Amino acid sequence: MPEQTLAETWGLAPAVLGVVVVGLFLGLVVAGIDRAVVSGAPGSAVEPVRSSARLLVEQRRITLAPDRLLWRLGCAAVPILALLSLAVVPIGGRTLWSTSADLVWFNAMEALLWAAVWLVGWGPNAFHALTGGYRFLAQGLAYELPLMFALITAGLAAGSLRTTDVLAAQQDLWLVVTMPVAFLVFVAGAAAFAFWGPLAAPAAVDIAGGVTSELSGVDRLLVQAGRAVFLGASAAMAAALFLGGDAGPWLPGPVWHLLKTLAVVAALVWVGRRLPVLRPDRTVEVGWMVLVPLTLVQALVVAVLVQEGFYA
Amino acid sequence: MSAEIVLQIVLTVAAGLIGVGLFGALSQQSIVMVMMGLELVLGGVLLAGGAAWYFLAPELPDAQVLVVVALVVMAVEMAMGFAVTIAIYRARQVDMVDMATDLRG
Amino acid sequence: MLTDVSGWAMATVVVLGVLAVAAGVAVFVVDSMARATFALLGSFLAVAGVLVAFDLVYLAVVTALMMTIEMAIMAVFMIAFMMNPAGLMPMTMVHNTKGSAVVGAGAFVVLTAGIWTVDWPARSGQLPADSTRQLGEAIMGSHMLVMLGIGIALFATILAGTVLATARGRYDRFGADLTAARPDDPVPGGLPR
Repeated sequence: MPEQTLAETWGLAPAVLGVVVVGLFLGLVVAGIDRAVVSGAPGSAVEPVRSSARLLVEQRRITLAPDRLLWRLGCAAVPILALLSLAVVPIGGRTLWSTSADLVWFNAMEALLWAAVWLVGWGPNAFHALTGGYRFLAQGLAYELPLMFALITAGLAAGSLRTTDVLAAQQDLWLVVTMPVAFLVFVAGAAAFAFWGPLAAPAAVDIAGGVTSELSGVDRLLVQAGRAVFLGASAAMAAALFLGGDAGPWLPGPVWHLLKTLAVVAALVWVGRRLPVLRPDRTVEVGWMVLVPLTLVQALVVAVLVQEGFYA
Repeated sequence: MSAEIVLQIVLTVAAGLIGVGLFGALSQQSIVMVMMGLELVLGGVLLAGGAAWYFLAPELPDAQVLVVVALVVMAVEMAMGFAVTIAIYRARQVDMVDMATDLRG
Repeated sequence: MLTDVSGWAMATVVVLGVLAVAAGVAVFVVDSMARATFALLGSFLAVAGVLVAFDLVYLAVVTALMMTIEMAIMAVFMIAFMMNPAGLMPMTMVHNTKGSAVVGAGAFVVLTAGIWTVDWPARSGQLPADSTRQLGEAIMGSHMLVMLGIGIALFATILAGTVLATARGRYDRFGADLTAARPDDPVPGGLPR
């Protein structure tokens, strides 16, 4: 039987507010750690707060004949989808919304992110932005299936697509022990969907910032915040699905989950910022030819383990 | 409100999607737009299948399986549609259904 | 809940239904191909919302997932194959509008007449505790033949789609006598081959 959701415990409005606050906090943490690592000065971790405030008051630049409706829609959708994907991530052992298909929900939000990012590229009626949008589609297409298999593998071991059930299945053993490939692919896929680090080709310098090239003011803030929140939400999801979530000695559960999330973020930034931005034609085939078979084999191994009663 | 009326309203919406989709599929000249019309028709099928499951026989999984089949039909239609569009454009520079006359008797 | 539907759920379903049809109409009304594609996506998301209200969360989420990916790819094709992708120069590309409208409206009228005159049976049985589990056990158990058929159909689609869409065969890639050590691809994929 499903446990209580956050919405049932706190009431709908406070729970939604709580999740939004957690999401913004995670986004700021990701952006702060990222900035500190890139600049090498720990003090610059507050820079995202400062630049957010500046972007809030900055005036919008207008391009010639933009598709305003779709552009605004895409910009607003990016952070909203990032927050919606957080709705099925357990916070303190509970999710905002618990369904029998949480993992697919998380994946669907990523898929909707495709559409949103493509719209951000399409909207301004500009060459570089649209190029970035197309690059994102190619990247998303290549990394969608591995990510899907990685998510499903965790659900397979727990025998449920509900995140809280996956959490409950890890009281004895973290799932990452038996599915390291799925964990790594999930984190890499998250980076690909937030077009961040080595997979930032859709927003790369060679196309003048790609999808973000024509963004200014609130629009830029929304998209950048959405990317950061999405990375933070994915790190929290990775900690919950593969690293045992809030399981741990001495400290209370939520602190453990936060610590694991921060560890994933730190590892992601530490590794990701050491790699150059990879050209899409050097990463797309890796997704199709290497990661898809690898995650399938991983799922097979987990399925055999389930059959042997390993997770029971 | 009684469940029967809700079922009828939802099915009417599904019929609306099917009607609009049929109109689009028959009236559009571009192959891609024809596919969008067919997708709308299948969207109506999805809706009707879900409503049938919820209001008529939630004990049986058959309506859910029907929705899955409709989803797969959509995927196949889309994939084959794109493939045929590319193939016919490559061979004949045709992107409109009126110009695709190879199979005209 | 068994015989009556709460007013709140009812209102949601009606609003989403109207949205689905309105977005469906918009697909064939707007000039911009990008807008048409995303109107269709909006229609599907509204359908997914109705499915959530019917406790079919898995099917709803899968619908949203699949349709979003399809529409994102659809947008690329719309822009590649339509003469007026952004709708900056309005034009119509339709044929036989009247006949199509008659067929569409006729289908709607016939279906609606049936829907409102048929004596619908009462609901048999209870909602399952977990509709996702019900579906999963059906396609892996009693309805496995459906899943087998789907699997083969999708596999055949992958092969046929690739064969139709690609213009390059192995002779283009490996030379006339298939002896080239490395394939001659216009775009390298990233793997050392």
